[in-house]
Amino acid sequence: MTIEQRAHPWMALSAPGALQQMLDEIGVKDVAAVFEQIPADHYRKTPLDLPPALNSEIELKRDLVSKLRKNGDCETNLSFLGAGVWQHHVPAIVDEIVGRTEFATNVWGSYQSDHGRNQAWFEFSSQLGALLNLDVVQLPVYSWGCAIGHAIRMAARLTGRRKVLLPVLADPERLSVIRTYCQPSEMEDHIEVVTIATDPTSGRLSIADLKSKLGPDVAAVYFENPAYLGTIETGAAEIAGLARAAGAETIVGVDPLSLGVMMAPGDYGADIVTGPVQPLGVHMNCGGGVGGFIASRDEARYVHEYNGFLVSIAPTAEPGQIGFGLASSHQNSYGSREHGKDWTGNSTYLWAIAGAVYMSLLGPDGFREIGDLILSRARYAARLIGEVPGVKIVWPDTTFKEFIVNFDDTGKTVDAVNEALRARGIFGGKDISTEGHGLGQAALYCVTEVHSAADIRRLADALKEVCQ
Amino acid sequence: MKLPRYQAARWDEPVIMELGRPGARGQLFPAPEPETGKAEIPAAMQRRDRPELPEITEFEAQRHYLHLSQMTLGMMGVSLFGTCTMKYNSKTAEAATLRPELAEVHPYQHPDTLQGVLEIIHDFDVILRSLSGMDQFVFQAGGGADAAYTMAALARAYWADRGELGERTEMVTSIQAHPCNPATAAAAGFTVVNLPLEENGYPSLDALKAAIGPKTALLMINNPDDMGIYNPEIREWVRLAKEAGALCFYDHANFNGVMSKLSARELGFDACMFMLHKTFGAPKAGGGPAVGAFGCSDALAPYLPAPVVVKQDGKYLLDDDRPKSLGKIREFWGNVPQVVKAYAWARAMGADGIAMASDISVVANNYMDKKLGEIPGLKISNPEIKSQRMEMTRWSLGPLAEETGVGTVDFANRMADFGIDPWWMSHEPWIVAEPFTPEAGELWSKQDIDLWIGVVAQIAREARETPELVKTAPHNQAIAQVDGSVFDDPEAWAMTWRAWQRKRGASGKAASGGV
Repeated sequence: MTIEQRAHPWMALSAPGALQQMLDEIGVKDVAAVFEQIPADHYRKTPLDLPPALNSEIELKRDLVSKLRKNGDCETNLSFLGAGVWQHHVPAIVDEIVGRTEFATNVWGSYQSDHGRNQAWFEFSSQLGALLNLDVVQLPVYSWGCAIGHAIRMAARLTGRRKVLLPVLADPERLSVIRTYCQPSEMEDHIEVVTIATDPTSGRLSIADLKSKLGPDVAAVYFENPAYLGTIETGAAEIAGLARAAGAETIVGVDPLSLGVMMAPGDYGADIVTGPVQPLGVHMNCGGGVGGFIASRDEARYVHEYNGFLVSIAPTAEPGQIGFGLASSHQNSYGSREHGKDWTGNSTYLWAIAGAVYMSLLGPDGFREIGDLILSRARYAARLIGEVPGVKIVWPDTTFKEFIVNFDDTGKTVDAVNEALRARGIFGGKDISTEGHGLGQAALYCVTEVHSAADIRRLADALKEVCQ
Repeated sequence: MKLPRYQAARWDEPVIMELGRPGARGQLFPAPEPETGKAEIPAAMQRRDRPELPEITEFEAQRHYLHLSQMTLGMMGVSLFGTCTMKYNSKTAEAATLRPELAEVHPYQHPDTLQGVLEIIHDFDVILRSLSGMDQFVFQAGGGADAAYTMAALARAYWADRGELGERTEMVTSIQAHPCNPATAAAAGFTVVNLPLEENGYPSLDALKAAIGPKTALLMINNPDDMGIYNPEIREWVRLAKEAGALCFYDHANFNGVMSKLSARELGFDACMFMLHKTFGAPKAGGGPAVGAFGCSDALAPYLPAPVVVKQDGKYLLDDDRPKSLGKIREFWGNVPQVVKAYAWARAMGADGIAMASDISVVANNYMDKKLGEIPGLKISNPEIKSQRMEMTRWSLGPLAEETGVGTVDFANRMADFGIDPWWMSHEPWIVAEPFTPEAGELWSKQDIDLWIGVVAQIAREARETPELVKTAPHNQAIAQVDGSVFDDPEAWAMTWRAWQRKRGASGKAASGGV
């Protein structure tokens, strides 16, 4: 390399002569000499072929912004997409805190040097625990689907059984992740995934089908509340009771933003609870905002099966002072390698800080208020859309923020409807007609606190035009 | 050298659950418009209790979390935290990702409305292809460990497709490989074979030959390792593994020192991964969101997790129609803002900048090694190897600990008193006594590195003269030394405020650290 070239703003030793000073101290003649361990025939033969450097901030910013501006976004357009990533309001203070360099850092840190971050992590778990009515909440894993996968594997280890029952109306995205975690059938530790039928009148789990499939080989029953297609599982306590009677674990997936108005899963018999963290103050980020939590009662048998990081209060050397650190950590893969409980690594812990800030801003009244608001607006949207000729709402009165819109009687496909809506600056619901749920030409619509009544009327009016 | 004085902020900050007053609010939502009417959750599922959350104002929330950020060192001193490659995290890129054109974008939008982000992903894929020789990258994995899991899951799909999954049941790695390699392979259902290290710092070819065979599904290996030792036989390793039919995965966790020098594909590997949150300058954020960029050859590409970004007739598409795909590793297609930041890093550096960063990181590490070697009581790993190390080196405090009783954990605690981030010790198992693993990287100046070494030298002196000062550290930090005795005690640990309240009421032991 040419040491005399222009210094790069991100490398102190790129200043003229700076590297040479170090080479002199080491006593080697040139840079090549420090790579003496690499055999000559290992060096790459193909030269690097990278685009020209944009090493001024002006050029770099222009490149990034000019590319990103080719996207359409959900601020400029009116979007009703959900299904695993949802458009919720992110308070400005959340962005300020998670953007602080001490948090958005490269370093992992320690109990003593990064006390504030550890406290913020503990506050995430504590506030989520208050919403869930559960005493143990792990720092979030990669996504909700990953959290469910780990929870199912926890249940298999706890029970020694290798079958999980879950609703047939599952999100194909999460289900695909779950299947990855359950291993192929050729493998010794494969966990069999068996689906439970739906009650066609309500969209809820068929209790009769659940009963017929529960047996001494079932490790866990998994269901979501609200479910993938927005429905509320009113039989949650009965499902948990049936699972317990069969010696199986009850795993529930919940939207944390619903918990100001919906019963806490800890109160209806859930053993392990999972859910997405993105609704708690994280931007959609084109799907990059996902994260998943896992929670349970504070019993050693559960705690000893967690795969990741549990932050506990701990006393310090100063009487009366508290600090924080990782509890029950030797079971994770850092300490136990292949004998650890699944595996862990860098995950989505910055979103724990976002979630802590977000939950502290809302408090109990905020969670009730946002829950009521979402529910009112979603049901209003379902009502207005249901008035569009040829359009039906499937299970309209049992949903939280998402609901199914069926277009069969309009003679139009969801794809065609969405194309026409997009021309009007509206992103229609997710097309679920190809997901094999037998719901016809149907889309999953999502309405949240960001959608005003006027937005909803604009959607309904557009649908009237489009479906004529 | 004169070390700077340092005192961390100490706010005696209460846990947020203790703050506030009934009815106080930090965020209001609009009232539902009259025409929307009131709707209710079905009676059986309505919440009847009030969640026990804090009730505070917006400013109180902001002030509280700013206090917590001030009590977080977070690399604001000098951090030579090995195995993680401390880098500058560009604020230009950070700001770009906060724009609504990325932050407020949904992954299920029509691809016509995602052309900007797909273009960046595609262009960055092309950059990584050049750096590795691989044919296709995906960014679905949520970190380096998740990329290792991607490899294990891909190997399952590959061997199942060939009807050999029942026979190919083993994964071979070294005892020194990052724990995520054996752990993810085991979680994916493979039996793990860990090869021991020889005196030269890497497993012998004989050990490898004994381990691989018709049962081997894959080899997962890094090179150089965390000792800074490069395995000169790696080509032969890959050749032997492939001769046995196994897939070969290059864990490029330690890419910084060899980027622009090596091509994983030219060395014979089928697949590799890069951690965008370390090598490519995206922040790790104290544990994610991170990205494990996973790349492989054309032969393995059909098994990649869907979707894959492709360019056709000048347009960018998400190719979801992949019948041989392993399925999903994680929902959607990746931590997109982190990919944008990594793309920004690569573009800002260019080929020359990347080569220079590799040069600097290796020269700086060897400078650091020379200076550390002058401190009595410190011992380099595999001292018989006299070659210049790669971008990081494993060191041992063994001799000093034997002499003084002061170990690597004590050192880490004391470092924080100087405003220096504690060092990384070692992944498990500890192969040398009282290990520490510094990595200089390309970010820091000679003055920064000298300061870091000066702190180590100072603590080594203290270990001999005032060992209690080190053992009771930190003294200038936000809190005193944490008593870890509760962490493995089910009666005392408390992972939530609810648990803490319950146990503090019930157990005198847990009450010892009352607020």
